[in-house]
Amino acid sequence: MSIRVIKAGVLDSIQDAGRFGWQFLGVNPSGVMDRFSSEIANMLVGNDPGEVVIELHFPASIFLFEEPSLVAIAGADLSASVNGEPVPVLHPVLVNKGTVIQFHRYRSGARACLAIHGGIVADEWLGSRSTQLQVMAGGFHGRALRKDDQIDLKKNTFAPLDMGDKDFVILPWRADVNWRNESERGDVLYVLPGHEWDWITQESKDEVLSTPFTVTQQSDRMGYKLKNAPLILNRNDELISSPVSFGTIQLLPNGQLIILMADHQTAGGYPRIAHIISADHSKAAQLKAGDEIRFKKTGQHEAEKLFFKQQQHLHQLQNACKFRLEEFFGE
Amino acid sequence: MIFPLGDSALTIDFGNIINGKINDTILNLFHSLKENPLPGMIESVPAYSSLSIFYDPVKLKKQGLGKETVYEFVKQEFEKFIEHLPLHEEKPARIVRVPVCYDEEFAPDLELLAAAKQMDKEEIIHLHCGKQYRVYMIGFLPGFPYMGTVDERITFPRKKDPVNVPAGSVGIAGSQTGIYPFNSPGGWNIIGRTPLKMFDLQREERSLLNAGDSVEFYPVHKNEFLTLLK
Repeated sequence: MSIRVIKAGVLDSIQDAGRFGWQFLGVNPSGVMDRFSSEIANMLVGNDPGEVVIELHFPASIFLFEEPSLVAIAGADLSASVNGEPVPVLHPVLVNKGTVIQFHRYRSGARACLAIHGGIVADEWLGSRSTQLQVMAGGFHGRALRKDDQIDLKKNTFAPLDMGDKDFVILPWRADVNWRNESERGDVLYVLPGHEWDWITQESKDEVLSTPFTVTQQSDRMGYKLKNAPLILNRNDELISSPVSFGTIQLLPNGQLIILMADHQTAGGYPRIAHIISADHSKAAQLKAGDEIRFKKTGQHEAEKLFFKQQQHLHQLQNACKFRLEEFFGE
Repeated sequence: MIFPLGDSALTIDFGNIINGKINDTILNLFHSLKENPLPGMIESVPAYSSLSIFYDPVKLKKQGLGKETVYEFVKQEFEKFIEHLPLHEEKPARIVRVPVCYDEEFAPDLELLAAAKQMDKEEIIHLHCGKQYRVYMIGFLPGFPYMGTVDERITFPRKKDPVNVPAGSVGIAGSQTGIYPFNSPGGWNIIGRTPLKMFDLQREERSLLNAGDSVEFYPVHKNEFLTLLK
């Protein structure tokens, strides 16, 4: 039971929901960038939502399935194909033994989560199977996937389905990812003011909340550097290092902002201008160089409310997926 | 002062200063929280003079809180926790001696620092080794100790543009001194290198140093450095 990398992508790694409890030793949480999407991909194939996924960047790896598998892709749409025929995101897909999955171009988003029914065998380190690239631990030997890597799969619990000579079968239901129900511009990220929000001038505050920021090439799993007119501090105090979080937006000495992402450092000494709300972390995780974003300020209550709404949606989706899978496989 | 760090964490901050007593308070809080975590707490992270508590707002919300926000609830629980915090026992700090080779090939910024301070390199080394440093926090990279404070005659601002720094490099930034456990981009001024493994996956004590430790540097020749490296 395994899949094999027949061509390596630019940065594909094994990630779970993250490694918590070790930031006091400087070990960052890592984990999947888009947790919302990784949970959906897992639910579609009947896994625990926190199961390991393969996080794909573009250009992504090409994989060979050595056994029939039930898979799902969520997050970015990278135009996947199985043996050359397109397969959609957000559907469970049965792929036959000996088939090849590859990803052709960006259609939307930046990072895709590939989940496989039963789960993936991965190294555990400090309670998590996420790949920690700095210390080379966890996941697949602590590193990004390479050509010829053989990734072992855990046990397949569904009754084997006779796929005949078909390469794949797309199961006829799709996960609804639209949890918000209201029309919100796709490029808007809600933020809570950071503790040093008042360290920037009124003009700079207006700029943060009314002008678009561009995601620059210097953007990776650690963070995204943004580009706009430089922001102006109204004080010169040097900050001593203090903890930061996924989604913290810091002001760099050159007046530009950086959004901290999954592989962020555990502490930082730059002014914390704002924090992207948890409900928008998924949106942030799907940004890539060149994208334009806008920030909209919100309050603690509203931020929490949106997060609960999103988590509620996931909960319902999990039940629906479970029901459909059991019905289909006749349990 | 307690304030939110986004919508899933809060921070207590005792002021923007480097002070041993305040850091003691922070570490006492950290160890007490480790023994008796707050409801819904995921982890707490200590720094120089602040500590953050990461919590699971969804789990807490499900319990029903009687507060407008989960943040208000966690803040209130934390305040109660602080009120009932047992007095912290003064324990003498563990002293760790760290060998450093200050040879040119390991110290790309020593010359520059000496020139800027109009001192001999030997004087800088002497001053760097002449003090016991407190480890205030571990952060930035796994096992990276933030230590202070260096003699004011050798303080030096951090570089504007980070460069690639090899593992073991010992640096100065402002009044802080630190050691890079892994190869990493970094902006600290590198004045030497230690052969010790700062962070080891195989070791039970993964991080050589912990917040609260005392550190003494001592100079070693390259031969000794290479022997210790093995």
